[in-house]
Amino acid sequence: MTDREPFIQFEQVGKTYVTLDGETTALENINFHVFRGEFVTLLGPSGCGKSTILSLLAGLIKPTGGTVLIEQKPVTSPSRKIGYMLQQDYLLNWRTIEQNILLGLEIQRQINDANREYALKLLDEMGLSDYRNYYPGQLSGGMRQRVALTRTLATRPDILLLDEPFSALDFTTRLRLEDLVVKTLRKHKKTAILVTHDISEAIAMSDRILILTGRPGQIKSEIHIPSALRDPLPFYSRDLPEFQNYFQNIWKVMNRDE
Amino acid sequence: MNKTAKTGLFEKYLTRGAESSIHAAYLKKYRINRILVRLTQIFLLFAFLLLWETASHKQWINQLLFSSPSEIWSLFVSMLLGGELTVHITATLLETILGFFLGTLFGTLAAVGIWWSRFVSDVVDPYLVVLNGMPKVALGPIFIVAFGGGYGAIIAMGVAISVIITTIVVYTSFREVDPNYIKLARTFGASKSQIFQKVIFPASFPTIISTLKVNVGLAWVGIIVGEFLVSKFGLGYLIIYGFQVFNFTLVYVSLFIIAICATFMYQAVVSLEKHLLKQRD
Repeated sequence: MTDREPFIQFEQVGKTYVTLDGETTALENINFHVFRGEFVTLLGPSGCGKSTILSLLAGLIKPTGGTVLIEQKPVTSPSRKIGYMLQQDYLLNWRTIEQNILLGLEIQRQINDANREYALKLLDEMGLSDYRNYYPGQLSGGMRQRVALTRTLATRPDILLLDEPFSALDFTTRLRLEDLVVKTLRKHKKTAILVTHDISEAIAMSDRILILTGRPGQIKSEIHIPSALRDPLPFYSRDLPEFQNYFQNIWKVMNRDE
Repeated sequence: MNKTAKTGLFEKYLTRGAESSIHAAYLKKYRINRILVRLTQIFLLFAFLLLWETASHKQWINQLLFSSPSEIWSLFVSMLLGGELTVHITATLLETILGFFLGTLFGTLAAVGIWWSRFVSDVVDPYLVVLNGMPKVALGPIFIVAFGGGYGAIIAMGVAISVIITTIVVYTSFREVDPNYIKLARTFGASKSQIFQKVIFPASFPTIISTLKVNVGLAWVGIIVGEFLVSKFGLGYLIIYGFQVFNFTLVYVSLFIIAICATFMYQAVVSLEKHLLKQRD
């Protein structure tokens, strides 16, 4: 897998935000790559520019230095290859669940029978097909985030950007959803980049972890997760003895300069 | 025997739909209170009318100025049977509905335009503040010259009085939509007009509907003032005419009709709001 050419590349990427009061450097000299089918986590304290990396990759903002490449081509605007999951579900409360999951297809003018059927099949995979005519206000937080995941997958993106998508959920729901996300991404062979400040979540879900430092954000260290932890679903890998070792190591790396 | 049967029936009515004895007691208390409120309201109305009638009859108050319920009623009935009242009511209702509709429409369109361009919104901001502060009724003479002394000037008044506040309120609600919804739409590659159609407009829809409620009231003010100034028909005209010939009974007839029509229009908007927004939490 690793000798193929990278799917996503960040080369010397920097981002400086400018306001009337002056400038703030959010990211500096970011270099990394992600291979097709990989699950990479960006782990770091809040305010270290993790979400900025996702926004750059999604083409929502432009870097002030360096280049972001997907399949060797620079990212300039939002691309259909990318699906973005935000911290909260942001379902539109005036639309039914079915209308919500079709939002992306609607915006991309890709509404047709095949795509609609695919979206409904995904909803079924999430165990929510009975709720297609419900409104978001009638669903629990975990169900709503599953609808948001369906909405993201419905446009068939190759790359999924997960911006702390579980942070607003209670712990039990979160564990269940971690498993569901990993299972779904593996089944559909998606590449994923997760942003989180939760060390356990990072180890449980990903193939590789990039640890960031804060202000300006820089990549401090890279950690490969062994297949023993990678292969089981997140809930089970949390129980393995190696898990604790990795947790301790990452904890040390993250607190080295604090 | 008969009496207990009756109270039993009343008791049943008060506790209908109860699931338990606690629920029944709660429902009974709640419903008795509701009935008492209604009865008191009806009592106050009749007491007021009776007092008014008596006071007028016994000349405690000036009959010319305060008229009396019976005189108002008989004038109302004769005007209604004579057919002239229908003409006035229809004229005012049409003007009000049109003024209300156009004021809301133009205000919303202006808000869309301002939302579209940050530059435009920065430029027009002080002008909106000045226009909003200005009493629109003062524009009356200009409308009469510009639109002629007929329906045009009256409707213009109805529009003028509601359009600026609609623009400001609707624009503010566009701006207050959580930017993360916009981010979500942008991740799918949405254009500005798609962001507006799919997110901004539906998200602000409740605000737009609630400005309708305000605009109903404002449209009535605009139309009645407009009719004071120029008209030959309408309920506002009847008030001015009644005042000029010192027929205050006519003024009261018109006032009561306005109160009833305005209430009905307001209630219509409220039920429209309920219907359109029932799916939202």
